[in-house]
Amino acid sequence: MIQLDQLSKSFGPVTALDGFSLHVPAGSLYGLLGPNGAGKTTALRILCTLLAPDAGSVRVAGLDALQHPRQVREHLGYVAQEVAIDKILTGREMLRLQGALYHLGALHLRQRIDDLIQLLGMDDWIDRRCGTYSGGMRRRLDLASGLLHQPSVLVLDEPTVGLDIESRAVIWQVLRQLRDSGTTVLLSSHYLEEIDALADRLAIIDGGRVIAEGNPEDLKRALGGDRVTLRVREFSDAPESERVQQVLQACPGVRQVVVNRAQGHSLNLVVDGEAVIEQLRRQLSEAQLPVFSLSQSRPSLDDVYLQATGRTLRDAELEVAGIRDPKAERKQAMR
Amino acid sequence: MTSASPLTLSAATPDQGPAQRSAFADLSQETLALTRRLFLQLARRPSTLVAGVLQPLIWLVLFGALFAKAPEGLLPDGMSYGRFLGAGVIVFTAFSAALNAGLPVMFDREFGFLNRLLVAPLRSRSSIVLASVLYITSLSLIQSLAIMATAALLGYGWPGGAGLLLVLVTLLLLVFAVTALSLGLAFALPGHIELIAVIFVANLPLLFASTALAPISFMPSWLGWLAALNPLTFAIEPIRAAYAGSFSLQAVVLEAPYGDLTALTCLGVLAALALGLFLLIRPVLDRKLS
Ligand SMILES: Nc1ncnc2c1ncn2[C@@H]1O[C@H](COP(=O)(O)OP(=O)(O)OP(=O)(O)O)[C@@H](O)[C@H]1O
Ligand SMILES: [Mg+2]
Repeated sequence: MIQLDQLSKSFGPVTALDGFSLHVPAGSLYGLLGPNGAGKTTALRILCTLLAPDAGSVRVAGLDALQHPRQVREHLGYVAQEVAIDKILTGREMLRLQGALYHLGALHLRQRIDDLIQLLGMDDWIDRRCGTYSGGMRRRLDLASGLLHQPSVLVLDEPTVGLDIESRAVIWQVLRQLRDSGTTVLLSSHYLEEIDALADRLAIIDGGRVIAEGNPEDLKRALGGDRVTLRVREFSDAPESERVQQVLQACPGVRQVVVNRAQGHSLNLVVDGEAVIEQLRRQLSEAQLPVFSLSQSRPSLDDVYLQATGRTLRDAELEVAGIRDPKAERKQAMR
Repeated sequence: MTSASPLTLSAATPDQGPAQRSAFADLSQETLALTRRLFLQLARRPSTLVAGVLQPLIWLVLFGALFAKAPEGLLPDGMSYGRFLGAGVIVFTAFSAALNAGLPVMFDREFGFLNRLLVAPLRSRSSIVLASVLYITSLSLIQSLAIMATAALLGYGWPGGAGLLLVLVTLLLLVFAVTALSLGLAFALPGHIELIAVIFVANLPLLFASTALAPISFMPSWLGWLAALNPLTFAIEPIRAAYAGSFSLQAVVLEAPYGDLTALTCLGVLAALALGLFLLIRPVLDRKLS
C-alpha cells in the first residue's frame, strides 16, 4: 500500500534520511520505531507530500506521490506530530473546514462529524473553542480530522506523546478498529510499549535508515534466548556476584552473564530456552549458593533495538537531546 | 468508551470519491470554507474591524476640526476642508485594511496551519490566496462604507448613483493591488515581525505623500511629484470628483506636474498596478505553495 524506496533527504549539513526504504502492506497497523532525530517525521512528511525528497520514490495505493500528489492526498489522512489548530474556531468548525477541503458533501459531512464525535468521545467539548483544549482533546480532534474523508491510509506521527491515559486508550482502540476494518495505519513512536501493543509489523529506524523490519514476535524470536534476572541475595557485594558470574558462565546453554551494578549487583543472563534454568538452579545449589530471586522473561523490543543499534533506545535519545534545535527546525519547516 | 460500526471506519470506496465532481464545485467549496474561517475569526475578534474604522474616523474628526476655519476658496472649487478630507480618509481606510491582508497568512505559515491545508487535496492552492482576497476585499469595503456613512452624517456629502459606483470600483482596484503586495510579502518575508514592520513603515508616509490631506498646489514641488506618483492619489482623486457631484470619466481630476489626469486614467493606472503586482508575486506564491 505504501512503498518508500531509497529516500534521501538532507537539511543543509544534516542528513535526515539516507537510503530509507519501507513497504507497508495494505490493511496492516505498522509501527515506525526510532529515537529522536531518527528521521521518522521527515519520512512521514515526504510520504504525505509535504516535503520533496532529494532522491527516491514514493508510492501510495499504486500512485506515484511525486507525480500525482493530489490524488495521493485523497487517499491519505495525516495526523502530524505538532498539532496546528485554529484556536478561535470550535472543534466542530475545524472539522467542517477540513471536510470542505476534502470536498465532502454537506449531508455526508454532517453525518461523518457526528459519527466521529461519538467514536472519539468528543461530545462534551466539541463546540468549545480549540484554544481551551487539553493536549489529549487536540489529538483526538486531529485524529478526527484525519479520518473525516475515510482515507485508505492513515499516517500518525507520535500520536500519543504526552497524553493522558484515557485519550491514549481511545486512540489505541480506534487505531485497532481501523486496522480491523481494512484501513492501512502507519504510526511512528518512540514508545516501545506502544509499538509492541499495537503494531502487526514494525521497522526500527536509526540514523535515517531502516535497520530492522518485521513483525514484533518474529523479531524477538530471531533474537532468541530467554532473559533471566537472578539474585543470590537481596544485595550482593561485587566479589560475591563475580564469583556467581563465573559459576554461571561455566553452565552449558548460558550465552551471556552481566553484573548489573545499578540493581544491587543482580545478574542478567541470556539463556537458550527454559530447560537451562533448571540446570542453573542445580548448578547453584551444588556451588552452595542461595537463590534470593529468579525471574525470567522473553526478549523484548528493547532487546531487539539494542541488538540492531548497539545501544538502548533511551541512550540514543539522550545522545541527540543536546544537539537538536527545535526552533531552527520549525523555522525551516515553514513554507 | 464507544464502539463504532465498521461502516463508519472503513475507507471510502473509490466510486463514491470526489472524482465525478466538477473542478469548479470543488474550488468554490474550498475557497468559501477558507473565507468563512477568516470571517469567523473576525466575528470573534472584532478588534481589527473596530480599529480599522476607528482610526480613520479619528482622522476625519480631528483633521476636519483642525482645518475647519481654513479660509474659503483655499481649496479648489470652494470645497470645505471636511469634504476635501473625506475622499482621502475613505481611501486610507481601504488601503490600511488591505495592507494587513498578509497577516493571517503569515500566522498560518508560522503556526503550521498552512501545512494542514497543504496535505489536503485542494483542487488548486490558489484557493488559499483567493480566500484572503475575498475576505480582505469585503472587510475593507465594509470599513470604507462605514466611514462614508459617518462622513455623510458629519455633513460631508454622499456620492449619489453613478458616483457611488465609481467610488466602489476605485476602492476595489486599489484593494486588489495592495492585497497582492501584502500577500506577496507574507510569503516572502521570514516572519510576522518583519511583515508588521513593513506595514508600519509603509502606512503613514504613503498617506502624507498623497493628496489625502492637502492638494498638490500646497506642496513643495518634490512632494508634489511624489504625491502625483503615489497610487493612493490615483484612488483619492476620482473619489473626490465623485463626491463633488458632476463628473465624467473623461473629466480631469488632477493637475499633476507631468500633466492632467482624467478619472479614467487613474482607474487604468490602478488596474495596471493590481495586475502587475499579481503577476509579480505569482512566482513567490508558486514556490511556497508547490
Ligand atoms: N526542517 C528541518 N531543518 C533542519 N533539520 C531538520 C529539519 N527537519 C528535520 N531535521 C533534522 O533531520 C533529522 C531527522 O529529524 P526528524 O524530525 O525526521 O526526526 P524524528 O525521528 O521525527 O524525531 P522525533 O522523535 O524527535 O520527532 C534530525 O537530525 C533533525 O535535526
Ligand atoms: Mg518526529
